[in-house]
Amino acid sequence: MNPTPLSDRLDRRAAIKWMLAGTATMMVIDRDTFAQGAATPGGKGYGTDPDLIKEYKPGDLWPLTLNDHQRRTATVLCAIIIPADERSPSAADLHVQDFVDEWISAPYPGHDADRARILDGLAWLDAEAKKRFGKDFADLASHQHTAICDDICRETPSRAEFKEPSLFFKRFRDLTAGGFYTTKEGMKDINYVGNVPLVTFDGPPPEVLKKLGLA
Amino acid sequence: MPHITAAELKSNYDVIVVGSGAGGGQTAYTLAMEGVKVLMLEAGRNYDPQAETPMFQDNSRAPLRGAGTVDKPFGFYDATVDGGWQVPGEPYTQASKEPGRQFEWWRSRMLGGRTNHWGRISLRNGPYDFKPYSRDGLGFDWPMNYEDLAPYYDRVELLVGVYGSNEGLENTPDSSPGVLQPPPKARAGELLTQHHAKKIGLPVIPIHRAVLSVRQDSKTIPARLHPNNPKAQRLLAQAMNERAACFWATPCGRGCSIKANYQSTTVHLPPALATGNLDILSDAMVREVTMDDAGKATGVAFINRKSKQEMKVKARVVVLSASACESVRVLLNSKSVRYPNGVANSSGKVGKYIMDTVGARLSGQIPALENLPAHNEDGAGGGHVYVPWWLYKEQHAGKLGFARGYHIEFGSGRQMPGMGSMGGLDWLNGGTYGKAYKEDARRYYGSFLGFAGRGEMIPNEDSFCEIDPMVKDKWGIPVLRFNWKWSEHEIKQAAHMQQTFAELITTMGGRVRQAPQKDGNKAIEPGGSIIHEVGGAIMGATPRNSVTNQWCQTWDVKNLFLTDGAPFCSNADKNPTLTIMALAWRAADYMLEEMRKGNL
Repeated sequence: MNPTPLSDRLDRRAAIKWMLAGTATMMVIDRDTFAQGAATPGGKGYGTDPDLIKEYKPGDLWPLTLNDHQRRTATVLCAIIIPADERSPSAADLHVQDFVDEWISAPYPGHDADRARILDGLAWLDAEAKKRFGKDFADLASHQHTAICDDICRETPSRAEFKEPSLFFKRFRDLTAGGFYTTKEGMKDINYVGNVPLVTFDGPPPEVLKKLGLA
Repeated sequence: MPHITAAELKSNYDVIVVGSGAGGGQTAYTLAMEGVKVLMLEAGRNYDPQAETPMFQDNSRAPLRGAGTVDKPFGFYDATVDGGWQVPGEPYTQASKEPGRQFEWWRSRMLGGRTNHWGRISLRNGPYDFKPYSRDGLGFDWPMNYEDLAPYYDRVELLVGVYGSNEGLENTPDSSPGVLQPPPKARAGELLTQHHAKKIGLPVIPIHRAVLSVRQDSKTIPARLHPNNPKAQRLLAQAMNERAACFWATPCGRGCSIKANYQSTTVHLPPALATGNLDILSDAMVREVTMDDAGKATGVAFINRKSKQEMKVKARVVVLSASACESVRVLLNSKSVRYPNGVANSSGKVGKYIMDTVGARLSGQIPALENLPAHNEDGAGGGHVYVPWWLYKEQHAGKLGFARGYHIEFGSGRQMPGMGSMGGLDWLNGGTYGKAYKEDARRYYGSFLGFAGRGEMIPNEDSFCEIDPMVKDKWGIPVLRFNWKWSEHEIKQAAHMQQTFAELITTMGGRVRQAPQKDGNKAIEPGGSIIHEVGGAIMGATPRNSVTNQWCQTWDVKNLFLTDGAPFCSNADKNPTLTIMALAWRAADYMLEEMRKGNL
């Protein structure tokens, strides 16, 4: 009596990642971020009528997944993917690993697949680190991290054995980026300067129009 | 001016309005301002946008960085409460298992309904849109002309506040002088699109949205809307003075605590409540229209969701404005020996010809927009420009292979980052990490454009809803079963949309994210996705072929009206909300006249 899940009926390729979910074209959303149906392995979600005003932290709503060892690996990987530089701190400094944990622990459809992929991937990193350098991934030197990550960061990896780890890396990178660029520091890093009330909206400033050839 | 409890219900009202969204809000407003005693019943909970709207919260404060879930499909901060394509305990069913033959039904169980989160896009139907059958032989003509509704479009635009411009384009009507608010300036990506779109013949013009770009003129508008009604003028002026102009921050989909955009809860209901003529009862799930032996409606039966008890309430006139399919469901569930097929259904047309809007999209990345100097592009929390349908002549000459048009909405710019903002950069950089990734993020942020087509669906015999004989919801009310089918017109239109978007992105020197589909079946979004559900109780010229007349009054039951999208007998590419409100105001004026004459 339930309808076929909408997500199952969508051509996945059509589920384009939109930059602006919920803004200019209200009815356009990324259906890849959710699916219909109920799956609550880690407990209950926030329900259909949550308090929208309060601030939430990972672990507030459902139990987290990562153990200390996995968390250490995830923290190191967050810092490798988005390291500190002169403009902003690293993703690890901003505790993005906690957000990744929240994401993979969420009792919503789709998140269970991410949980499996991330946990498998973290385990693979350690296995690969031990195989190549005799240590856990988190204990490797910077050039050793690079050696492993360079093999799995590309869309099309050089060897078939890196295919699964590459899918893990891609997903982990997207989650890290989502977690990082939604923080105040991350938004500042890419020069997002909105979310402040203005008296007037004046459109692009002259230097932008000039750069676009529209001045 | 009460929100009442079930215990405080009066024994009798002039009018019961079922539903509190665009149609219900407008109907109740018009009637209450003219002294009619109205009871509004809302299936969901009471909702207060001033207290509950998350303004300025950034995504780092939300669970999952604000990404959508089954509980909150449009994201955590979306205004929708207890709503979505699935509502727990309130199922609906599909007649077919086949993809493409199903309709996904969005509901919002909250005061104000979908108006709390909608896109605020407020486009008028044009003259052609009222006479589609006469133009190309497909679908149905409306039993009215554009000129009949134009004065009501003006009134609604003045009341709710709509920004936009008059461009004098074909079938894209101008508003009367002094009605529209000034449109906001276009953003960088919007200007760049405008510049390049010209080369391929696409007009990019200011969109119309129900957002106050300036404060409303509370000195002149109330007198214009309510001549000879000093009380209404005073209350409306007061309500207008409580609305601020947009301060160019926070997305409209969250709702608006400063009342700068239109939602029923901030615009229609406050002045209507201030008259003292409106009672609102929330958590009242209407099951059926009650009838007397003379064939008149006596009121409605509803479930008090708090006590789970069934209750009845009476009125001279019943107005269903519960959303097209929910109103249909109420009519079909109003079954008795006398009305075995439900009330107002002697034509057998109740439930027939449900429509959504055709949707397809495509996105791309524009190198010219990379590395732009930092500037604030939040704007009006939605688009500032759009492309109205531009191929009327080619289409009329039969050159396109599909019969009806679409408009293009698009999103661009340096909006507040969310979970998707940096996802999948590897299609541009091949997959980087570390310092290189951070530099890529700085470079690409703000350089994406997303285009969405919104097109007309022609009503057809295979798209309808009916009562499922087996399934009931948690309130014991039989549920709807949907039947759905796109025609070739919609399928081809969706493919045309993607081709156009790809051409536009390429013309701008950009890269298309995914190749456009040649097969429209792969481009078109599932039925119900666009949440422009209309039809199901269409209006027409005769009782034989339609459910209501041009006044949204059912042919069979004189004191029963439908003021949501249900009476739409076509679904132009223009987003339906503005037309729902204009039709509701016109229907309410007709009710007032008929009540004065003693006909109701």
